[in-house]
Amino acid sequence: MEQIYLTIVLAPLLGAVVAGLFRNQVGRAGAHWAAIGGVGVACALSFYVLKLHAIDGAPADNVSVYTWMVSDGLRFEIGFLVDRLTAMMMAVVTFVSLMVHIYTIGYMHEEEGYQRFFSYIALFTFSMLMLVMSNNFLQLFFGWEAVGLVSYLLIGFYFKRESAIFANLKAFLVNRVGDFGFILGIAAVAMYFNSLDYHEVFAKAPELADTRIRILGDTEWSLMTVIGVLLFIGAMGKSAQVPLHVWLPDSMEGPTPISALIHAATMVTAGIFMVARMSPLYELSEAALSFVLVIGATTAFFTGLIGIVQNDIKRVVAYSTLSQLGVMVTALGASAYAAGVFHLMTHAFFKALLFLAAGSVIMGMHHDQDIRNMGGIRRRMPITYWTSLLGSLALIGFPGFSGFFSKDVIIEAVRHATLPGAGYAYVLLVMGVFVTALYSFRMFFLVFHGEGPRDHHAAAHLHESPAVVTVPLILLAIPSVVIGYLTVGDMVFGDYFKGVLTVRPEHDVLAQIGRDFHGAGAFVLHGMSGLPFFLAMGGLAVAAYVYLYNPSIADWIKARFGVVYDVLDRKYGFDEFNQAVFAAGSRALGRALWQGGDRAVIDGVIVDGSAKAVGWLAGVVRHLQTGYLYHYAIAMILGLIAFLAWFVIH
Amino acid sequence: MTAELPILSLTIWLPILGGMLVLGSGDKAPNVTKWLALAIAVATFLVSLPLYTGFQAGTAEMQFVERAAWIPAFDVNYHLGVDGISMPLILLTTFVTVLVIVAGWEVIEYKPAQYMAAFLFMEGAMVGVFSALDAILFYVFWEAMLIPMFLIIGIWGGPNRVYATIKFFLYTFLGSVFMLVALIYMYTQSGTFEILGFHELRLGMREQVLIFLAFLLAFAVKVPMWPVHTWLPDAHVEAPTGGSVVLAAIMLKIGGYGFLRLSLPITPDASNYLDLMIITMSLIAVVYIGFVALVQQDMKKLIAYSSISHMGFVTLGFFIAFIVMSRPEAQGGAALGIEGGMVQMVSHGFISAAMFLCVGVLYDRVHSRQIADYGGVVNTMPWFAAFMVFFAMANAGLPGTSGFVGEFMVILASFRADFWFAFLAATTLIIGAAYTLWMVKRVVFGEVTGGKVAELSDINGREAVVLGALAVAVLALGLWPQPLIEVMGASVDNLLRHIAVSKL
Repeated sequence: MEQIYLTIVLAPLLGAVVAGLFRNQVGRAGAHWAAIGGVGVACALSFYVLKLHAIDGAPADNVSVYTWMVSDGLRFEIGFLVDRLTAMMMAVVTFVSLMVHIYTIGYMHEEEGYQRFFSYIALFTFSMLMLVMSNNFLQLFFGWEAVGLVSYLLIGFYFKRESAIFANLKAFLVNRVGDFGFILGIAAVAMYFNSLDYHEVFAKAPELADTRIRILGDTEWSLMTVIGVLLFIGAMGKSAQVPLHVWLPDSMEGPTPISALIHAATMVTAGIFMVARMSPLYELSEAALSFVLVIGATTAFFTGLIGIVQNDIKRVVAYSTLSQLGVMVTALGASAYAAGVFHLMTHAFFKALLFLAAGSVIMGMHHDQDIRNMGGIRRRMPITYWTSLLGSLALIGFPGFSGFFSKDVIIEAVRHATLPGAGYAYVLLVMGVFVTALYSFRMFFLVFHGEGPRDHHAAAHLHESPAVVTVPLILLAIPSVVIGYLTVGDMVFGDYFKGVLTVRPEHDVLAQIGRDFHGAGAFVLHGMSGLPFFLAMGGLAVAAYVYLYNPSIADWIKARFGVVYDVLDRKYGFDEFNQAVFAAGSRALGRALWQGGDRAVIDGVIVDGSAKAVGWLAGVVRHLQTGYLYHYAIAMILGLIAFLAWFVIH
Repeated sequence: MTAELPILSLTIWLPILGGMLVLGSGDKAPNVTKWLALAIAVATFLVSLPLYTGFQAGTAEMQFVERAAWIPAFDVNYHLGVDGISMPLILLTTFVTVLVIVAGWEVIEYKPAQYMAAFLFMEGAMVGVFSALDAILFYVFWEAMLIPMFLIIGIWGGPNRVYATIKFFLYTFLGSVFMLVALIYMYTQSGTFEILGFHELRLGMREQVLIFLAFLLAFAVKVPMWPVHTWLPDAHVEAPTGGSVVLAAIMLKIGGYGFLRLSLPITPDASNYLDLMIITMSLIAVVYIGFVALVQQDMKKLIAYSSISHMGFVTLGFFIAFIVMSRPEAQGGAALGIEGGMVQMVSHGFISAAMFLCVGVLYDRVHSRQIADYGGVVNTMPWFAAFMVFFAMANAGLPGTSGFVGEFMVILASFRADFWFAFLAATTLIIGAAYTLWMVKRVVFGEVTGGKVAELSDINGREAVVLGALAVAVLALGLWPQPLIEVMGASVDNLLRHIAVSKL
């Protein structure tokens, strides 16, 4: 098996190296075949691994590849832990990645840097696989940072554009704030468990459940809470949770295929994966879980609201991604890890679909991304239209679609949760359903319905995208519709994750819901009488009424509630705050320390000051050497007198 | 253990004698001179390789030992030997010197023979410092290496080179004089100049503190630690590229090496007593200097400040040992810190060398180090940009590069000493990325600004070889640090056993 795992990881890396370092030798076609070949191999083998685990019931596999180092008795290994969670992640990552690779042939075919792009996305696939397949915290951190690197490179892909290179620096630094917490969490694990291996850490966790440590003064903290919160700060960066969410909307500066792959389907869900993987630790701290729950629900609702006022097609989808990531995190906080991971999977398909469809529209519109300039596209781009409709229905949780199952389960789970903050989270999630439906179909109707594009020139040239674009859309639309129906029974209520995710009985909200679960069909019927269903339909209806039949209402609301609109349009002012306080503050502090500390005090007073003091002293002493004989004679006589006096007194 | 060939002597004297040959060959046929210098540097590197291949990793004993009487009246010996702490630094020296010779190939037109010879002399002296086991021999090499560096900055340096050289010389000389006093004092107490003998010398607390402070002055200036760091940015800015590379990659390491070879084992109780002071200075270096680096306008100054900040990890890793050892719940970690500091030294040798070489590549073409004079370099120099971004990421401590390994180890170890040490040290993840990548954004990315950038030509084969060699080293150490950790393990454990025993 080790060879298979290694092949899965290294095939995309090889593709990346060929496409990147030998870009001139292999040419454009060579580069995309190398990358697609590598990722294709990884995808095929990942599905084989998934089959072994999901169908044949293979046990979890823990293999060590090599010892990175041994220092002070602490072993740092590179190795793979492949169980059902990993196998599912591998299949999702490689499948979406493969679709995006194929799509890229069409999307990027006119661009410079074609080979570079393929090299980066293949490298991303390698990094993401290293992350999800890791069996230890070191490799987890390696993958964590490596996906961040590729994200940085890809957001700044159009490196001539000032907004792109601003966004990629911002993304990297905000992620580093998260990693700052993450590495301290890893340090805490390394200290108290004296191991970085998942199995050893999880096995020892119950022993340390009641350990309390002192950080500041005499206040004692539960070790598990400290570890849980610190690791989660890392997840807040990578999975863009409030207040570290600010980088994700700006990341839309990257080409659309990577928005789909990295900033929607896979990389940003690394935080969700990580928390689920660490469930044996999180289960030991209700405080950490509460923290996760509240942050997740806050993100889910408040970023969703911003989505309503966005006019850039990609930014609408980006805010939707933020909101959905918040939903997943809320599930984790409610100990419904399986539901969170399940939503991760369904979301990966329908959100990748929505992004790629948006990219198809952008191609049709010749890179105009403003939805106010669009309209009536459905007639010219039928495949894009229908796949977008399926994706949007999945996103708002229309009964039967994949998103319906995952979202309904999460809302139910949070309703049953008893942790502090669960009530708050439940209210926000339920309201979020309405908001999601509203912004999703606002965009959908503005883009596809109504009168044709404003610009007649654009309208004349509008046509459906080529097959390399539409085939991935179709292939992603299929799981967006059916994957929930097929897997909800096993993954959420069955024993797919048995032994993989740990849930203490008193937290096990999914088991409580599961008692009333009688198959996916019954679940759909039951869902159609629930509050979320009516809210989703309400959002859809409002969007339809306002944007299809009576557009003047939107303007009226905008004028009437100008303050609210302003707050949302400025995204609650996070960006301004960060710029004014952290960015400008750091620069001011740097200047103060440099000019004040280094230049004025150390160099000015101490270094140059002592040099001046020596110079001054020399200047004074120099006056003694006048060169006049009588001065020296007097000095000698005075000296003689002094000596004599001294002798006499003694 | 005695080696058949005197490898250490060869590694010291081959470049010094070769340097004389280069000097003698003069500037009439610069090509012959350069090839000769390169041949000597490569030969020295090859000669030094058996130090690694023949190294016995399991023992803390000195290896490749050579010993001969030098000044018998004072029991001064020509005594050489290496252990796991010094051996990697010698290889770093011989490796980097080859790159520096290649990097100066076409760039140095003024008196190339003397330039090359200065680097070869310096190489021999630095290897001497790392391998000397006799205090006087150590001191002689220590001072000897300053002279070529003084000349390199003073002759081939920038417009303000006189201020920089004098500042450099006074700072470092001030430090080393006190070290000499301390060494002589210990001779009067022990009757020997053997460094290993000093390790066993029993000293009272007051003596230890004074000796420790004398050493501290010498080594803190070299590292450099805050607040005696201000010579470094000036020296770097004025130094030619090669000088900056050797200064950052190797000379700073001599300070770190001094702490391990002299301060900790000779004055363990004083080190223990004053460790919080050193830790504070290290953390100030990491945080304070990080912010200072953020606002630099000159690329070399920025990298110089970045060096100070990164070297803070070295001293932090060394001096948390006492606190870690005193906390039973830490479950070890002292060796992790010291080995982390060592790895950080080697890694910083690669990365800072590469960063200074990158700036050199740009400076050779544009003759400016100001960030504001650049922008959009990637458009005209794509391969160079790839290297620069790679090394910048290494400088920001990206896992998979060597820059991560040492910082990671020191953060893990300092967490075991105190949460807040790790907290402050880990801020480098943010600040280090901020100053490095902000510079990259302004220099490498964006639209082409100005005619000079538009006319840039990408790196040539010679530059690609130098940067490529460093990139391989950075990646190799990042992906598999075990071979380096392995050789230093026994020596570090031995050091920790030694300093755990009080001399009082």
